[in-house]
Amino acid sequence: MIAAMRSETLKLVTVRLWWILALILLGYVGFTAGLLAGLFGALGNQLAASPGAPQLPPESLPAIVYSTTTAVGYVFPLIFGALAVTGEFRYQTLTPTFLAEPRRGVVLAAKLVVVGVAGAIFGVVGLVASMGIGAPVLALTGNDGALGSSETWLLAVRIVLAMALWAVIGVGVGSLIPNQIASIIVVLAFTQFVEPILRFGTSIWDWTAQIGQFLPGSAGDSLVGASFFTSFGAGAAGAVSLEWWQGGLVLVAYAIVLSLAGLATSWRRDVT
Amino acid sequence: MDTMRGTSIEFQSITKSFGAVKAVSNLSFTVEPGVVTGFLGPNGAGKTTTLRMLLGLVRPTSGTATFAGAAYRDLPNPLSTVGTALEASSFHPGRTARNHLRVYAAAASIPRERVGTVLDLVGLHDDADRRVGGYSLGMRQRLGLAFALIGDPGVLVLDEPTNGLDPEGIRWMRGFLRARAAEGRTVLVSSHQLSEVQQSVDRVVIITRGEAVYEGSLAGLESGARVRVSAVDQPALALALIAAGAEVHPDAGVLVATGLTADEVGAAALAAGIVLSLLAPEHVGLEEAFLGLVGADPDPAAQVVPTATEEAR
Repeated sequence: MIAAMRSETLKLVTVRLWWILALILLGYVGFTAGLLAGLFGALGNQLAASPGAPQLPPESLPAIVYSTTTAVGYVFPLIFGALAVTGEFRYQTLTPTFLAEPRRGVVLAAKLVVVGVAGAIFGVVGLVASMGIGAPVLALTGNDGALGSSETWLLAVRIVLAMALWAVIGVGVGSLIPNQIASIIVVLAFTQFVEPILRFGTSIWDWTAQIGQFLPGSAGDSLVGASFFTSFGAGAAGAVSLEWWQGGLVLVAYAIVLSLAGLATSWRRDVT
Repeated sequence: MDTMRGTSIEFQSITKSFGAVKAVSNLSFTVEPGVVTGFLGPNGAGKTTTLRMLLGLVRPTSGTATFAGAAYRDLPNPLSTVGTALEASSFHPGRTARNHLRVYAAAASIPRERVGTVLDLVGLHDDADRRVGGYSLGMRQRLGLAFALIGDPGVLVLDEPTNGLDPEGIRWMRGFLRARAAEGRTVLVSSHQLSEVQQSVDRVVIITRGEAVYEGSLAGLESGARVRVSAVDQPALALALIAAGAEVHPDAGVLVATGLTADEVGAAALAAGIVLSLLAPEHVGLEEAFLGLVGADPDPAAQVVPTATEEAR
């Protein structure tokens, strides 16, 4: 297993994909965090100055800004995980992989662990962007970035954990849908289109909200505990949400179910 | 070089069906160490499927393929026991040759120094740190061979290793395979062209349409094909040869026996007490004998088409 993990690590670091994705993540999350910090910081000040208007409590701003790492960035580890598997099918590198380690389950397990660690690193990269740009912008608008608060750092840990789990889920998706293009289309369509609609739709009634909280995106937001989507979107319509640890367990469950399904299907097939 | 005893490879009644199509049908043969064995057949004969079953990449419908009794997946150190180069170019185009080998050396716990050693051995030293996406077919073949050699295995299984090589490369490969066999290793090389391997192989297994049609020495393929034989008592000779397992046809006043060597024909006549007046093995040429074996069956496409038209009505 250790040898397989070393091999999987080398696979990730010897092609350029990881740092290209990390750079885009850095820019995208940094931009979004800076924008939100500027907008909400200014908006909160205006609202506070007009008595009777709904308030945007300044202490909620850092979490909203820093959680852009997962709110807009979670699709990066998800795609990275899916590519880590589908690339093996696309370039037929499963042949040398299974020749070097014929126990296919060991290969998949090693991939899950190593890509999970890579996802955590993406989480750190995203936090560097969201905190590195968000905190100074908050300060510029006269708000506190709360970088000294233990709550902020607990949030950061949950964000890193969430990014790791999204990467692991990506491996599961890739092993279930080994066609690279199909896999990416499914990931993008589900995360950007299908799930937002489902989350909004399920938040309308109480009983559907009970189901909606188990959608992967909802569970991910529960784990992190903050997201500008839940703060202003479905959250206002009364969607229920899981405890943070329940959200984490739901993501783990998705990763396990998808990976086992992949192990039983594409991973067992003849390699030709 | 020191000697390195390879294990034998045994295929036992191995069969692979893809739906209704039998790609490999009840194939049995053994590959011994110390010689180069050619695995020949036209494209689509089932060679690659057979090799992939041997390596645990394709699951056989029935039968087994083992290395001295052990399936590939049960080998404790597969890359150090069996080196494989399959025809598909299984490389990530964005990875360098050196890193490609490092990835699999790590998976098989092979020391990193071996990577440089095998890159030198196949002549890729100067291009080792280029991305494989820019490699020519010949360079990819060499990298595939480097992968096969990474664990210094006693068994080499190479699928069409001369594809894409220039004449110089083919000559080099020939010498390379001979040297590995001379060290005592087991070498199994597939090809769809007899001419590409005939100077490097000692034994051949020929398959067509997933079935073995010949297994034996290269010399036997050539000389054992037809023997012209005659005797004063030709009917008695014909009976004796048929009893010994030959097929006999009269031709220009003599008999033509197939299925027995000249030695066996002579021995069968002696055993029956028949005085021979002619015993002449016919040399039909290797290529001709090979084509005769693999092309003997009628073209199945000619039969499929009318059936399909009938169903369409």
